[in-house]
Amino acid sequence: MAAAMAFFCIFMNMELLQFTDKGIWCAAGDFYIDPWKPVQRAVITHAHSDHARWGNQFYLCEQASVPLLKLRLGPDIKVQGIAYGENIYFNGVRLSLHPAGHMIGSAQVRVELNGEVWVASGDYKLESDGIAVPFEPVRCHTFITESTFGLPIYRWEPQQQLFSRITNWIYENQQAGKASVITAYSLGKAQRLLLHLQDKVTRMMGHGAITNVNDLLIAQGYPLPHIEKITPDTPKAAFKNAVIIAPPSADDSAWMRRFNPYSLGVCSGWMQVRGHMRRRNADAGFALSDHADWNGLLEAVAATGATRVYATHGFSSVFARYLSEKGLDAREVSTAYGDEETITNPET
Amino acid sequence: MATRKLLLTRKHNTVQQFAQLVKVLSNSTKTNEKLDALSQYFATAPDKDKTWVLALFSGRRPKRTVNSTQLKTWCIQATGLPEWLFNECYLTVGDLAETIALLLPPRAHPASHPLHYWLQQLQQLEKATEPEKQAFILQTWDALDDGERFVFNKLITGGFRIGVSQKMMVNALAKTYDIPPATLSHMISGTWDPGAVTIEALLHQSTSGADASRPYPFYLAYALEEAPASLGPIEAWQAEWKWDGIRGQIIKREGQLFVWSRGEELITDKFPEFTPLTNTLPDGTVIDGEILTYADGKPLPFQTLQTRIGRKNVTRKQLQEAPVAFLSYDLLEWEGTDIREKPLIERRSLLTQLIHLQQQPALLLSPEVTAASWDELTQIRERSREQISEGLMLKKRSAPYQVGRKRGDWWKWKIDPYTIDAVMIYAQKGHGRRSNLYTDYTFAVKDGDQLVPFTKAYSGLTDKEIAEVDNWIKRHSLEKFGPVRTVEPQLVFEIAFEGIAASNRHKSGVALRFPRISRWRQDKPVAEINTLDDLKTLLRQSGGQEV
Repeated sequence: MAAAMAFFCIFMNMELLQFTDKGIWCAAGDFYIDPWKPVQRAVITHAHSDHARWGNQFYLCEQASVPLLKLRLGPDIKVQGIAYGENIYFNGVRLSLHPAGHMIGSAQVRVELNGEVWVASGDYKLESDGIAVPFEPVRCHTFITESTFGLPIYRWEPQQQLFSRITNWIYENQQAGKASVITAYSLGKAQRLLLHLQDKVTRMMGHGAITNVNDLLIAQGYPLPHIEKITPDTPKAAFKNAVIIAPPSADDSAWMRRFNPYSLGVCSGWMQVRGHMRRRNADAGFALSDHADWNGLLEAVAATGATRVYATHGFSSVFARYLSEKGLDAREVSTAYGDEETITNPET
Repeated sequence: MATRKLLLTRKHNTVQQFAQLVKVLSNSTKTNEKLDALSQYFATAPDKDKTWVLALFSGRRPKRTVNSTQLKTWCIQATGLPEWLFNECYLTVGDLAETIALLLPPRAHPASHPLHYWLQQLQQLEKATEPEKQAFILQTWDALDDGERFVFNKLITGGFRIGVSQKMMVNALAKTYDIPPATLSHMISGTWDPGAVTIEALLHQSTSGADASRPYPFYLAYALEEAPASLGPIEAWQAEWKWDGIRGQIIKREGQLFVWSRGEELITDKFPEFTPLTNTLPDGTVIDGEILTYADGKPLPFQTLQTRIGRKNVTRKQLQEAPVAFLSYDLLEWEGTDIREKPLIERRSLLTQLIHLQQQPALLLSPEVTAASWDELTQIRERSREQISEGLMLKKRSAPYQVGRKRGDWWKWKIDPYTIDAVMIYAQKGHGRRSNLYTDYTFAVKDGDQLVPFTKAYSGLTDKEIAEVDNWIKRHSLEKFGPVRTVEPQLVFEIAFEGIAASNRHKSGVALRFPRISRWRQDKPVAEINTLDDLKTLLRQSGGQEV
């Protein structure tokens, strides 16, 4: 009895969501959001490998994310998909998913108990990319936000402007008789490129990592162009003046040498800073990101109406300090989430 | 139609063309691409811009009329950001000019002018008041796009380190103007004012010789990586000690003496020891050699030379404690004639006679090191440190004096550096290509159960290793002190360095010369790193006194 009372007291004092060594935990509902160690029940914000990890007993995610999760984690995982806005209850905790605009099926997790609302953002961006359901702000008391690009130097150019720069770069390469190799994360950014470039360029080809995802999404009914998969048998002549989409891991590999002569363009938010671009030995860098820029983060935080903010992965301490100075109760939290746009190889 | 054409021409002649050049130069990793971009620029840019570009890329910085602190303050005011946030941005970007360009709001009043216009405007600010300067800078920021702003800020903060060597620029100009690179290199050396001189005057044989101070481009050696026997018979080679001082040229022309450093800095006034040479050296003489602090027939440690660098007014005490001498290597001009094409053996013989006749205590001959065989020379080289030398130089006796770094005729054959295994204790983010990566580390050795920091080191790791170490640091940092993070003392590295001296400015009591990371000792536990006693032993062996 005493033990039960003690348990009850601890339970009452607990926050609705807590940061544990396994991930973001809801004690009352007994589930984890994007855990980085295996747990019983995992709510997954999106299918990138630093958020959707292997080894959990049950997975819950937005319905469009289900096939992607299976592609990444294997067809045998136990996964339940729900629609954006649909309510699901765990021990009286109300849980729903809301569009995050980061990639197909990406969701913010809204958790409510006794009128108190928390939202964990996962990764998000505010600009609509034309594929993912666009970001929708969700009112809450406490907002757990990513802060990958939480510095005011990160201010994205409108994507139409950026895509026309990419297109011009491709035309220049073609005039010089070169192939244009563009590296972009295979799940998310690659589709964004294909969608926006399909009417402007011909002869798009892809690395297997890109075409696998692409074929799956076309089968799901997404309006993406079909592109040719590059195999060891693809004749060298096919690469002349082509636009080739490759994952960042293919950068600098023997795989790329066969495209000579080619020009290498890297699409990542990190390309905003010259130093990063020079380190990559890229011929061109385009700051195209599926994460919110500085203004986007501020706008998102303001739109939630939250008075308390936890900043996770990225420039979390900077972003939390800035919000604190603006009068919010903001703190930095360390998590094991990475960043799929990172300079080192994110796909391994 | 006419209007359209005019617009196009105008756009072409703006600072944008230069911004575009800078972009290509700093992004490209291919020498040919850079060379093409440069020669294309020199072929099409406005003449007045060309001279400035030549000056900027050869380290001739325009006079600073606005400083970095002012730029930073005005940017903070214009953006309304707190100062700490500006600093965080700067730490991530690693370049002030770029940080400001990224933070400023989009321009509201676009305007275009050629490069020389902005530079001249900047020069005219010299006597302006602070509010006038601020008004000009804010107005200019509001007129330029991001790329142009970056370049404009760079013009103010200086240091266009964008992967363009002087050699590359010379080659590009040589291509555009059809002048041999060696001649061209000489034409653009020395002092000239980019605001006053035209590119035609600079690149004209008859007028370019007008400057009596003009030095020759230095010939630089590559490191010898193979056994010396690969060079053929030893008789064909002249060996000298490799001195660790300031490489320089002494020039006597038209009754005047000029002393140049290899960085093409005129340093005549810093070394009054050479003043007597104004009267004794014949006109039309240029000597290549090394400036060293030197006493009792031997160089003093490099640290004593450091007390003389960076000072214009030398005190009597310094002259006594750190007297300098010029150890002559080569004779480049004799009786007013450029003799660089003559074989070394002839130049050396003329040089030897000249130095003997001079009888000046500050003008010495760097002695030839003689040996009957490569084996004997190898043994002599082992004793380089006793000579306060870094090793040997090998020069082909039949070779001309070339321009820049060239393989084949000259080799530096340095002794192996000292090494110490140490543990990383602090890390800081780097700059430029290494921005937002932890690349600047502080290392410690053991002293009992304490760790004593003794050096910082930057280079030496591969990009892959840097990424790995950066990732480790982000996960294992203990505390933050401004930009510095303390990390768990776990990663062991081998630190190589060229010299060690006593220092009372460092907690460890020693200061290292050219420390760098030679390898990451993933095989070595922290328990087995070197100790402070090991460092002190090295210090004693190298002739230094503890403090």
